[in-house]
Amino acid sequence: MQREVKFAGFGGQGILSAGHFLANAALEEGKEVAWVPSYGPEMRGGTAYCTVVIADHPIGSPIVNNPADLVAMNRPSLEKFEPTVREGGFILVNSSLIPDRVKRKDVTEILIPANDTAIELGNNKGANMVALGAYIACTGVVKLDTVVALMPEAFARKPQFVEANIACIRQGVKLAKQSLEAVL
Amino acid sequence: MAKQLMKGNEAIGEAAIRAGATRYFAYPITPQTEVAEYLARRLPEVGGVFVQAESELGASNMIFGAASSGKRVFTSSSSPGISLMSEALSYITCAELPCVFINVCRAGPGLGGILPSQGDYFQATHASGHGDFHLIVLAPSTVQEAVEHMMTAFDLADRYRNPVMIFADGLIGQMMEPVDFEAVKSGEAVDHSSWATTGAKGRKPHIIKTLYLNPNDNEAHNVHLAEKYAGIRANEQRSELYGGLGSPELILTAFGTAARVCKTAIDVLNEQGVDIALFRPITIYPFPADALDKLSRKQHVKRLLSVEMNNGQMVEDVKLFTGNRKPIDFFGRQGGIVPSPEEVIERVRALLDGKKKPAKERPAEAK
Repeated sequence: MQREVKFAGFGGQGILSAGHFLANAALEEGKEVAWVPSYGPEMRGGTAYCTVVIADHPIGSPIVNNPADLVAMNRPSLEKFEPTVREGGFILVNSSLIPDRVKRKDVTEILIPANDTAIELGNNKGANMVALGAYIACTGVVKLDTVVALMPEAFARKPQFVEANIACIRQGVKLAKQSLEAVL
Repeated sequence: MAKQLMKGNEAIGEAAIRAGATRYFAYPITPQTEVAEYLARRLPEVGGVFVQAESELGASNMIFGAASSGKRVFTSSSSPGISLMSEALSYITCAELPCVFINVCRAGPGLGGILPSQGDYFQATHASGHGDFHLIVLAPSTVQEAVEHMMTAFDLADRYRNPVMIFADGLIGQMMEPVDFEAVKSGEAVDHSSWATTGAKGRKPHIIKTLYLNPNDNEAHNVHLAEKYAGIRANEQRSELYGGLGSPELILTAFGTAARVCKTAIDVLNEQGVDIALFRPITIYPFPADALDKLSRKQHVKRLLSVEMNNGQMVEDVKLFTGNRKPIDFFGRQGGIVPSPEEVIERVRALLDGKKKPAKERPAEAK
């Protein structure tokens, strides 16, 4: 088993940390994992993306040109990476910021209003967590409980964000399940 | 302790501390600055010292001075910074001081770019500075292996009184992978009291120098160093053979990140019944010549393909150490681009499926 996902958006959206949580959850579950950031000469607000590779065997190439899935948090990311996703994968679209739809028919589009959902839950910066929850719900690549269990330690210095982020993750799961039921 | 997810650069820094190295001098440069960032925070916790120098020249000459004390000392940089350190590397090697240099290689030449590369292979293995000298060079291909190599590097530096280089690249520095620090240990620091400059109170002063104006003395020192390098070549070659279905027809040669890409390509091809394997040098100096020579003599091995993130550097050693007895091809990407497994597979298939034209520039069979 090997599955790769690209989280992509702009700097400040929590792209790298969403991938980091997923990678840590995979490690907790005893899986092999590689987290590869983009580290080109970027500016604040510029594009940011990371790839997380999760496998049950040692990971060879950590660079994956054609990931299984994509989580697109802004419009340029969807435009740039939609063509790279492998057939049969999921493309999660942050519909709060992206008015476009996925053009391809050989992948499953999941629309998640990540920013609107986070704002509704009173956690303005939690859009990445909504998307993370949605991704986990779609793929089951790690267990929801594993990710939730990471939160207290990850936000040990800001304990007020633990429950807020868990709420975002759970809402992401719920939205993805609704969306999946609609498409399947 | 359980495995933890760590960036390569941070894991390298932590591994050095666990190897007992608490003196670190460096100057920031992408893509290895997290080594310094991590150590700036971590070294004070263990009573260590990090001095951010005014330049790479400063940092490397601080290493020269600190290594003279016999303590475990190290620095890290990336390609352009390593070039600036080459003068000090020559002096330190001449003075036979143990220390570790880390090169998180980026794409050159010149200022180049900040993305991963293996363009400094020639520099690391053949020309790290002026004069007749060699570094021992370890080339990790995973974050865990980078940790192991840091431990090994200090042991080798102590044993041979010679600088050891960790040759990583921007990808290994920047990516996160699980690491287990308990799985590897570094040996105890060696007693260097017979030569180290630790204060001459109550004993004759120890002198560390690199100036030999008398040509006979200088030749004798060079002969002594050459004997040391011969010992290193005889005893410290490390390599890995990966994949294959029993009698591989084609051998890929690759190190570091390029080797990981080859492993994925080999997994795919072996699954499809294509019998190819990977020969991965773990030490790039000394080059694992004996193992590759032996492998290349096997009858089932028909040709070799060197895959690198440069314009074709290690392939020269592959040719040299196999006596060019089989056709040797090269595939590389430059400029900071990591070759994809798909590209490697395509190249392998082109070589195996009918297009078996001999490798270019192949001179007559060596006798």
